[in-house]
Amino acid sequence: MEKKKIVYPYIPNSVEHVKKEMLDEIGVESVEDIIHKIPDDLRVKGLLDLPEPKLSEIEIKMYMEGLLKKNISCSEYTNFLGAGCYNHYVPAVCDEINSRSEFLTAYCGDAYTDHGKSQAIFEFTSLMSELVDMDVVALATYDGSQAVSTSLSMAHRITGRNEFLVPETMNPELLAHFANYTENYASIVKVAYDKKTGKMDLTDLQKKISDKTAAVFVENPSYLGFLQDDAEEIGKIAHAAGALFVVNVDPLSLGSLESPANYGADIVCGDMQCFGIHMGYGSGLTGFIASHQKPEYIMNFPQHLYGLYENEKGEFAFMRSLNDRTSYGTREKANEYLGTNSGLWAITVAVYLSLMGPQGLKELCDNVMYKCQYAMKKLSQIKGVTILFPDNANFKEFVVNFDGCGKKVAKINKKLLENKIFGGKDLSKEFPELGESALYCVTELTSKDDIDRLAKKLAEILA
Amino acid sequence: MQKEIKLRNFHEAKWDEPIVCELSVPGQRGILIPPAEKGIQNEIGDIEKVIPASLKRKKAPNLPEIAQPQVLRHYLRLSQETMGQEIVADIGLGTCTMKYSPKINEQFVRNSKFADLHPLQDDETTQGILEIIYKAEQCLKAISGMDAFSFQPGGGGQAVFSNASVLKAYHTARGEGEQRNEIITTILSHPVNAASPATKGFKVITLMPDPKTGCPSVEALKSVVSEHTAGLFITNPEDTGIFNSQIKEMVDIVHSVGGLCIADQADYNGLFGICRARDAGFDMCHFNLHKSFSSPHGCMGPCCGAQGVKEELAQYLPKPRVKFDGEKYYWDYDGKTSIGKVRKFYGVVATVLRAYAWIMAMGAEGLREVADTAIINNNYLMKKMLTNVKGISAPWQEGEFRMEQVRYSWEKCKEDTGVGTEDIERRAGDYGLQSYFLSHHPWLIAEPMTPEPTEAYSKADLDEYAAIFEKISEEAYSDPELVKNAPYKTAISKVSHPGIDDPNDLIVSWRVYKKKKGLK
Repeated sequence: MEKKKIVYPYIPNSVEHVKKEMLDEIGVESVEDIIHKIPDDLRVKGLLDLPEPKLSEIEIKMYMEGLLKKNISCSEYTNFLGAGCYNHYVPAVCDEINSRSEFLTAYCGDAYTDHGKSQAIFEFTSLMSELVDMDVVALATYDGSQAVSTSLSMAHRITGRNEFLVPETMNPELLAHFANYTENYASIVKVAYDKKTGKMDLTDLQKKISDKTAAVFVENPSYLGFLQDDAEEIGKIAHAAGALFVVNVDPLSLGSLESPANYGADIVCGDMQCFGIHMGYGSGLTGFIASHQKPEYIMNFPQHLYGLYENEKGEFAFMRSLNDRTSYGTREKANEYLGTNSGLWAITVAVYLSLMGPQGLKELCDNVMYKCQYAMKKLSQIKGVTILFPDNANFKEFVVNFDGCGKKVAKINKKLLENKIFGGKDLSKEFPELGESALYCVTELTSKDDIDRLAKKLAEILA
Repeated sequence: MQKEIKLRNFHEAKWDEPIVCELSVPGQRGILIPPAEKGIQNEIGDIEKVIPASLKRKKAPNLPEIAQPQVLRHYLRLSQETMGQEIVADIGLGTCTMKYSPKINEQFVRNSKFADLHPLQDDETTQGILEIIYKAEQCLKAISGMDAFSFQPGGGGQAVFSNASVLKAYHTARGEGEQRNEIITTILSHPVNAASPATKGFKVITLMPDPKTGCPSVEALKSVVSEHTAGLFITNPEDTGIFNSQIKEMVDIVHSVGGLCIADQADYNGLFGICRARDAGFDMCHFNLHKSFSSPHGCMGPCCGAQGVKEELAQYLPKPRVKFDGEKYYWDYDGKTSIGKVRKFYGVVATVLRAYAWIMAMGAEGLREVADTAIINNNYLMKKMLTNVKGISAPWQEGEFRMEQVRYSWEKCKEDTGVGTEDIERRAGDYGLQSYFLSHHPWLIAEPMTPEPTEAYSKADLDEYAAIFEKISEEAYSDPELVKNAPYKTAISKVSHPGIDDPNDLIVSWRVYKKKKGLK
């Protein structure tokens, strides 16, 4: 019996008689007549070696959900992981808007057909510019690590210098990205930190800064959670040497903490996943870069800048501007390469900031900071546990050291997992000098009960 | 008998929607945030005293204050002023492979079992997603012939950058990192094939197409390869839809001088089950999972450039990579020779998840059906366009078939009527079409237009599409001003003088607009 030809729901013209009609119109008998010039030795013989398909939606749903069921999410267990991806609350309106077919499926349609998308992107840059208190924000980057690498590359192009001073406590993922991104020219120098506070050692900074320094970079809050409260001083030291001051910030903290722009930063960058985007196993990351309205900065952004224009009717249009900066305009002569990044998340950030307003952000910051101080206090009371850098305020993350109990973080985390708790990120490989330490994170979704239960379980495990 | 095609009397939503900052009413709230529990507050005291004085925000950010229904309504209106892909037949955006993104796959990525996963959770708790990533890799290996994949790059450009990084690491490990400082690409390959290696520090040599074939010539390549050649970054077919039959010869030439060959497979949709990069001798490749593999484009991302390499190069891929020990899936962070990171964590796993579901729904036969239909659709549309539409042509290899897309030219129309491709593109919006892709820069083909009718479009969609351009062409020849002043039925009307040359004139935020206008 002849095998029945499959008709695919996603392929309207997979119906035989339609296909035949189209081939007749083209004037050929088969696809083979169209592609006959492709040499035989380049052709796949037979079918690709792929698993049997789940042709119906019912089967694919059962199959995929069967796989997903094997996961245990942060809504089932209590999460204390952060380190660059955060379990913050996602307002329902954010999901509603980024599920809209128009936004979800649009691509690079122009200022006319995709006017709404273009305006939403302009609103993203406008709202972020208010939050950061800087005039220029470009379209979102792949993630926060790309934002750091591009910000520092901008500093290189602006100053003509190749050396970068970064904190020894820098997020190793950001550092690895930056090292690979600038491998061909950059010299990366680590500045020591104060062992008590975690903060950058300004004496070491003074020693290492020179007329070769393109930028001094800090994270505030730092990767290890503490606040660099003397950041303004660091900016002054950078500027005195003719270097730029580049600050990576948790943008959520700007609801109550000062924008780096107002303590001397020339370029501010960070990751915005915290603004209404699900973690999605790291899929929700998206970066931003902001600067002052200075021509030499503007011309060194490699990404799209959505500028506002007015037509004769007084309508606003939003269009990509100064395109010769980008590789779409000038290929290898551009500032850096540019491709598709994370536009849907930029629009989601705009929705989030519109919902939150200044008051919402402030309250959120207070909530998170309260919980962070409480968790630090609570855990510090457990025998064998030490909170590192205690002489400092922390925003939402902090380092817990277990050297006093002689147990390894990996083992402790396995025990916590048995109690349905995701313990903090194990730092023992990234920062061996910190011993058996873990980076803990709390958010507005962490309750007092969660923290109390963590403390209780830790006390039991370490006893 | 051909049915008569009735063009739509279309009008896009036009809301004259203010900038969101203008909607602010002091005191309104879009969402409330609960305070920390009383027990915590009592324990810690006044939080204001905890914040270091030097870091306390002096002036609250000037964000708008808007109630929830008004926020929702504002962004819904903006969505209505966006055509996107699903409401229209988005045939125009060639090189972008605008195809149907199955709705069921959207349910998977929005499932809490995925959406609420933290990337650093114990592997024991993420076996499902690890299995998906692992199996997606096996599928892509079968589709491309490559031996290993990384899904870490967050887009096509980043995948090319990651390939350039692997290329650099490979030559450096062989002691030729300094010497091999040139890469070769073609002007019709996507700009990132020049720009990503340049960002990595390579010098770029660009080949032009042979004026007859539209493809780079073997002789031109021979004249530029040398002991300085690190690699060839090339697309096949290029954006013209012309398959370069000499590709294997070109790959051999680059190999003969010690260089590697990297295939940009963003334009892959017409090749599923027909050609594999590895069989043509390529050492590396990348696929855009948001294009050929159906994941939605999301207003320009987030997305995934799946980076594939042959066995010898797997050691250089970004880390970590998913491994399987026969019982458990796990992240392998080893890899001393790895280039490190190109994106935080593991990339946009949501896109991998959707792509895997799509591959599993299609199967091997289905993927071949995708390619066959994309090719039929394209050649059918080309026949209609070249037969029925006055003033349009398909330069290079005229009269020959194409793969999955065509770069047309409106040069004749422009000469005859003064109406060029940008005018026609704006006018197309009045008939309910998404704008079309012209060409990457520089324009080698005058007045370009590059549609790509993927397998998602029906014969009726294609007939309507061709009929619209037949109509616009008639308008150009009978009433050129009508087309030149378009659009009339999209969310905004024509902007006569778009673009600025002076960065001081840039208005990229509402606060700058207000400053320039002296508004408060």
